[in-house]
Amino acid sequence: MEKIFQRPASLKPVPFRYCPGCGHSLIHRLIAECIDNLGIREKVVGIAPVGCAVFAYDYFNFDMLEVAHGRPPAAATGYKRVMPDRIIFSYQGDGDLAAIGTAEIIHAANRGENISVFFVNNATYGMTGGQMAPTTLLGQKTTTTPFGRNNETAGYPLRVAELLSTIEGASYIVRTSVDSYKNIIGTKKAIEKSFRYQIEGKGFSLVEILSPCPVNWKLSPIDSLTWIQTEMVSVYPLGTFKDKIKEIE
Amino acid sequence: MKGNEAIAEAAVQAGCRFYAGYPITPQNEIPEYMSWRMPEVNGVFVQAESELAAINMVYGASAAGVRAMTSSSSPGISLKQETISYLAGAELPAVIVNIQRGGPGLGNISGSQADYFQAVKGGGHGDYKLLVYAPYNLQEMWNLTMLAFDKADEYRNPVMILGDGVIGQMVEPFYPKPYVRPELPVKDWVLDGCKNREPRVIKSLYMGEGELEMRNNILQKKYKVMKDKEVSFEGYYTEDSEIIIVAFGIAARIALSSVKRLRSEGFKVGLFRPITLFPFPEKELFMLARESRRFITIEMNAGQMVEDVRLSINGISEVLFYGRPGGTIITPAEVQEKILQLFNHQPYLA
Repeated sequence: MEKIFQRPASLKPVPFRYCPGCGHSLIHRLIAECIDNLGIREKVVGIAPVGCAVFAYDYFNFDMLEVAHGRPPAAATGYKRVMPDRIIFSYQGDGDLAAIGTAEIIHAANRGENISVFFVNNATYGMTGGQMAPTTLLGQKTTTTPFGRNNETAGYPLRVAELLSTIEGASYIVRTSVDSYKNIIGTKKAIEKSFRYQIEGKGFSLVEILSPCPVNWKLSPIDSLTWIQTEMVSVYPLGTFKDKIKEIE
Repeated sequence: MKGNEAIAEAAVQAGCRFYAGYPITPQNEIPEYMSWRMPEVNGVFVQAESELAAINMVYGASAAGVRAMTSSSSPGISLKQETISYLAGAELPAVIVNIQRGGPGLGNISGSQADYFQAVKGGGHGDYKLLVYAPYNLQEMWNLTMLAFDKADEYRNPVMILGDGVIGQMVEPFYPKPYVRPELPVKDWVLDGCKNREPRVIKSLYMGEGELEMRNNILQKKYKVMKDKEVSFEGYYTEDSEIIIVAFGIAARIALSSVKRLRSEGFKVGLFRPITLFPFPEKELFMLARESRRFITIEMNAGQMVEDVRLSINGISEVLFYGRPGGTIITPAEVQEKILQLFNHQPYLA
């Protein structure tokens, strides 16, 4: 009998220890499946961020580099420039990429670094216990916005995909979600395209992924998916914001 | 060739193939030189968006096993401290050049030695050490830069060249000795894809019970080996001296002029010049102190290395200090005057 579903070779045979209903394990799996499909496991180096996904190297079955908070795009730049035939991706959360690491992501994109960035937007700081992120929605209660995020004192949700799509050096900028089967498949396609662009030397790509954090949102896993659909997507619309290669073609 | 350019060319000849930096005076000759020199040797030059980004680019390139360097001056080195700590924690080799200027804050752009503490005591968070070299002329900027790359690889540790704006901008003849690569350990830790081997992880997070303490003990053992093997210094007329000046870098060079002058007038004064600031030549200073000499530390700061001199000598001899902070250059005449005060038994006024 043919085996039609199995653990990707790019994942270690260990159970995920992320919280129930968390999007990280799913996104890890999608990345691993894409790496398997493209046959690049032995050429890939992943960057683990500071945040929940710092433990990515416990799960990914390929070379991994841990980098300081917000700095993965800079480290990826250094790596890729000296190892142009390897495939490097950075996996970053919204605190990492959209707060402390805004300079690094903007300038890596602007230089058109040939790297892939997977940006997990769950509208909160998961690892540190649910504080406000730059991506937190207006009115959303977190441990540092106990009365709900107020734009007068805490600013507005930062739209990373839209922001980066204005940068000339960026090649492929897309926002997806893991709230439904359809969007999970869309996320996987976007991840695979990002890797393919890198393999073909087509430059900088970023996949922003809306992802649930049930524990810090204080919602059930199912309700978290609904919250993405009803609350997050209206602030963070899904879609391709830039595809330089497609435009040229 | 300026001192800064000597560092850049020595790095290239020692096999440095990745450089990232951010403009700051008085070290701009290094990124400018690297911007055209790196492409000539198929190396990489990146002008980073910040000091933070530059040192993290070095972190990434080093993880690939490539010899990598960044340079800056005092305020920029402060920004790099975060990732210097990560480099030490992850045991990644790198060479970091600090062409010091006056501080604190934005300070000025004159040569200074006020980053001694930052360089030798840690600088960033956590228990870690850098190997720190203090060149005092262009010859040493050349030689020590080459050595820095070898030692960084040997110990899998970041190494700092602690220069200053004066020697960085100075022009003088030196012999650019060709680089000879020593026997070095194989880099069996680099991330180059897990073909035919188990995946590797480079990290500094250790959350397991007792795991981080164990990691720290391994690092401390490494620093101990550095202390045993890497101490470097030079003594001038120290054998028969009644008074010994202790100074490093540019201050040592100024002090040496004073020492030569005073010697010609018959005063028994000598100079002790640490070349490695970490590891510090503690034992050597202690041995000199046992022969009942007096010491005076001369620094272009408000008194930093003097603390290590006092710790080394451990109270068995007097250690005085003369220094000028804020990027002010000490003159040989000033040093002479201070030394003469000591010989004439006048009350010492710093």
